[in-house]
Amino acid sequence: MEHRIGVFVCHCGTNIAGVVDVKRVAEELAKYPGVAYSTDYLYMCSDPGQNLVKDAIKEHGLTGVVVSACSPTLHEATFRRAGAAADLNQYRVEMANIREHCSWVHRGDKEMATEKAIKIIKTMIEKVKQNEALEPISVPMTHRAMVVGAGIAGIQAALDIANAGHDVVLVEKEPSVGGHMAQLSETFPTLDCSQCILTPKMVEVSQHPRIKLLTYCEIDDVSGYVGNFKVRIKKKAAYVNRDVCNGCGLCIEKCPAKTASEFDEGLSERKAIYTPFAQAVPNQPVLDRDHCIYFESGKCGVCQKVCPVDAIDYEQKDEFLDEEVGAIIVATGFDLYPIVNIGEYGGGDIKDVVTSLQFERLLSASGPTGGVVRRPSDGEIPKEVVFLTCVGSRDPEGHMPYCSKVCCMYLTKHAMLYKHNEHDGQAYVFYMDVRTPGKDYEEFYQRAAEEDDVLYIRGKVSKLFEEDGKVMVWGVDTLTGQKVEIAADMVVLGLAMVPSATATELAKMLKIQMNQWGFYSEAHPKLRPVESLAPGFYLAGAAQGPKDIPEVVAQASAAASKVCALFAEKEYHREPIVAWIDEDECAGCRICISVCPYDAIEFDDEKEVARVQEAICEGCGARIAACPSATAQQRNLTDDQLYMMVSAALED
Amino acid sequence: MRLRLSTDSIRNASIERVEDLSGQALSSCYQCGRCSAGCPVVDEMDLIPNEVIRLLQFGQIKKVLRSKTIWICASCMQCSARCPKGVEFSSICDALRAMVLRMRLATPAVDAGNLSRVMVSKAPQMGVVSALRKLLNG
Ligand SMILES: Cc1cc2nc3c(=O)[nH]c(=O)nc-3n(C[C@H](O)[C@H](O)[C@H](O)COP(=O)(O)OP(=O)(O)OC[C@H]3O[C@@H](n4cnc5c(N)ncnc54)[C@H](O)[C@@H]3O)c2cc1C
Ligand code: SF4
Ligand code: SF4
Ligand code: SF4
Ligand code: SF4
Repeated sequence: MEHRIGVFVCHCGTNIAGVVDVKRVAEELAKYPGVAYSTDYLYMCSDPGQNLVKDAIKEHGLTGVVVSACSPTLHEATFRRAGAAADLNQYRVEMANIREHCSWVHRGDKEMATEKAIKIIKTMIEKVKQNEALEPISVPMTHRAMVVGAGIAGIQAALDIANAGHDVVLVEKEPSVGGHMAQLSETFPTLDCSQCILTPKMVEVSQHPRIKLLTYCEIDDVSGYVGNFKVRIKKKAAYVNRDVCNGCGLCIEKCPAKTASEFDEGLSERKAIYTPFAQAVPNQPVLDRDHCIYFESGKCGVCQKVCPVDAIDYEQKDEFLDEEVGAIIVATGFDLYPIVNIGEYGGGDIKDVVTSLQFERLLSASGPTGGVVRRPSDGEIPKEVVFLTCVGSRDPEGHMPYCSKVCCMYLTKHAMLYKHNEHDGQAYVFYMDVRTPGKDYEEFYQRAAEEDDVLYIRGKVSKLFEEDGKVMVWGVDTLTGQKVEIAADMVVLGLAMVPSATATELAKMLKIQMNQWGFYSEAHPKLRPVESLAPGFYLAGAAQGPKDIPEVVAQASAAASKVCALFAEKEYHREPIVAWIDEDECAGCRICISVCPYDAIEFDDEKEVARVQEAICEGCGARIAACPSATAQQRNLTDDQLYMMVSAALED
Repeated sequence: MRLRLSTDSIRNASIERVEDLSGQALSSCYQCGRCSAGCPVVDEMDLIPNEVIRLLQFGQIKKVLRSKTIWICASCMQCSARCPKGVEFSSICDALRAMVLRMRLATPAVDAGNLSRVMVSKAPQMGVVSALRKLLNG
C-alpha cells in the first residue's frame, strides 16, 4: 500500500511554538518518506484545527494522520473522532507528544527541542504506516453500579444513580451508613445541624427499592473489567440475625460489657453489642466479639436471653456474597491524621487537648455532654479555648505537605459555636493563613472575628504542655513580632485529613491509582476529576482529596452522572489495542497466563494453545514481553512496528 | 518576655473605652495594612496604624498610649477612606489622644501631666491636641 501520511504540528499557543521551531518541523517532515502533507497550526484541537485535519484527509487522500501536539490522554479521542468524521479509520490517527515529552522539558534549548520533536514525529509516522484499521470491541454490560463507602459521598452517588433508574449495591464497612458527617454538630457556613440534613438521606438509601444496602461488609475480591465486574463481598459476622432483629435495643440495654465509643471518638462508652449512634441506619445492633464477655469467657449470654425474637446467634460466621456490576464508585472518605504523631502537642497524652472530631462530639446535641462544651479532664466548662490550624498539614518536613482545605473553616465554626455556648469565654485561633475559598465562607470567618470576638493570632504554636491544670500554649504573633502565651482550659487540634485506613489496600485490590499520600488519583486533574484512570472506576468525596460537604456532594453527583452516561449505551465499547496470538506458532508453554495481571488469557486444552479474551485484555503488553516464542503480539504495536519506530528514532 | 493573653487582658476596661470613644469595633480590623500603606506621615510614626490596632486587639493599651503615632497622625482620614472594613483609624487616634489628655498622662511622646485640669476640661480639645503636636517634634 502506498503511504500517504498527514502530519499536523500544533503550536499549542506558545506552549510548543515558544520552544520548538514548528515551521521547520513541518517543513522537514514534508520531505520524510510516505508523508503526503505536512503543516502547522496555532491550536490543532480547536474547531478550525480539527477541520484542517478533516479537509486534508479528503483533499490529499491521506491513509494515516500524525497529530503532533500534547499527550494522547488529553486529545487522542478528539483527533480520532475528527479522522473518523473524514472516513479515515480512527486507529490510523496517532498523536506524537511534542509538548509534555519535548517543549515543556527543554525550554532552554530550542535547537535540541526542534530536533527531538522531529524524531518523535518520525517514530509515530513509522507506527501509523503499519497501523491496522480496527474497530472497537463491543462487550455486554451489566447496568448495575457498586458504591464503596456510605459517607455523604457514597450516599449521594447511590441515590443519584438509583433515581436515574439503575440498581445500586452500596457497601459500607461500619455498622451504619453516614460516615463522618453523622458525627458533626452543625455545618459551616450556614450552621445547619448535620444530622438533620443527613439522616433523611440515610433513611432514603436504606428504603430505596433500587439500592441494595450492605452494611458491616467489606470488598473481598474484584475481578472482571468495566461493564462486567464480579465483586466478592465479605459480610462480617454481626452475631445478630439481621433478617429477624427488629431493632428493639433490649440487648444493648442489658449488655454488661462496655468499651470506648468510636462514634464519640472515645469520649463516651458503648456496649459490646451496639449501634454506633441512636439514629444509625440500619438500627440493628452488631456484636463486637473483641469486647464481649461471652466470647472471652463463655459466660454472660445476656443478649441472647433477653432478645424477644431470638436474633442473637453466637455461631454466626462471615458470609460471602457475589455481586455483578458494570461500574464502581469508590467513596471511602478520610480519617484524621493520628494525634500520636504530633509529639509537640502532647501526642494525645494531654487530656484537654482534643481532636477536631472530638470537639464536634462535644458540640453536638447528641454528643456525650449533650452539646455543652466540657473539658475531658474534669468536666468543667472551659473559659479559654485555643484552636490550632494546620496541625499535621502544610508541614513538608514533619508531616503532610498539603493543605487539608476544611480545617480553617471548621475551626472557625468551632470557635463560633463555642462562643454561642459560652458567651463569657474567649476563643483564640492560631493560623498561618485563614483559607475561606467558598461561597459565603469569608463572610462566615469575618463574622466569627467581629461578632464572636474570636481572636485570630498569626503564627504556629511551637508547643503545648500542662501546668497547674491548664494547657500552656506557646506561640508568637508574627504581625507584631511578640511571643505570646495562653493558659488555656482546652486546646483543639485541626488535624490534617488523610485517606481512610483501608484506602491503600482497596486501591491495590481494585488496581486503581493513588497519589503518594494515598488519595485516589483522578484521570485528569482538571478535565476528568471524578474518573479513575482505570476504566469503570469513579471517585467521590474526601477519598480523592480533602474537601467539604458541598464539594463532596457535587463530586458524588458528578461521578453518578458519569456512571449513568456509561450505562446509557447497551454495550460497552473497548479499545481494540489488545494482544493476539498466532495459534500456529504458540508452543503452549502457558508463561503468558502466569504473567497476565488481568487473567485475560485462557488455555485451549484441545489445541494446546493460549487464547486472548479480547473483552478482558487491557493491552498492557506483559505477555508479549514474556512469550518465549515471540508469537504474542499487540495490535498496532507489533514487533515490526516497534523496530521501525526505534530505527526512526536512532537515525541521524 | 511572653505576652500572656487571657480574656481579662484582651478585653480590659481601657480597650472598651477606646471602642466607646471612637465608635470603632477593633475586631473588625483584619490587619491588611492598607491604612498604614497610604498614610502620608507614616514614616514619622513609631507604631504604624495597623500595628496600633493589633496591639489594641491584644489589649496592650499602655504601649499605644505611649506612642508618638497618635500625636503624629494628621487626621487627614486617608486611612479611614481606604479601609476595606470601614474602620476609621483616625477616630481611634482621636480617642487615644483624648484618653491621654483626660488621664493627664506623662508619656515619652507628650507630657500631658503638666497641663492644668482647667485647661484640659475647658479649652477646646483640638486646641490642646494641636499644641501638643507642635511640642512633639520641637
Ligand atoms: C472536624 C471536622 C469538621 C467538619 N465540619 C464540616 C462542616 O461544618 N461543613 C462541611 O461542609 N464539611 C465539614 N467537614 C468535612 C466533612 O466531614 C467531609 O467533607 C465529609 O464528611 C466527607 O464525606 P465522605 O463521604 O467523602 O467521607 P466519610 O465521611 O469519611 O465517609 C466514608 C465512608 O466510607 C466508609 N469506608 C471507608 N473505607 C471503606 C472500605 N474499605 N469499604 C467500605 N466502606 C468504607 C467509611 O466507614 C465511611 O462511612 C468537617 C470535617 C472534620 C474533620
Ligand atoms: S453476650 Fe456479649 S454482647 Fe451479649 S450481653 Fe453479654 S457481653 Fe453483651
Ligand atoms: S485549611 Fe487552613 S488549617 Fe487546614 S491545612 Fe489548610 S490552611 Fe491549614
Ligand atoms: S488620619 Fe492619621 S493615620 Fe490616618 S492617614 Fe491621616 S495621618 Fe495617617
Ligand atoms: S485598613 Fe482597616 S482593616 Fe486594614 S489594617 Fe487598617 S484598619 Fe485594619
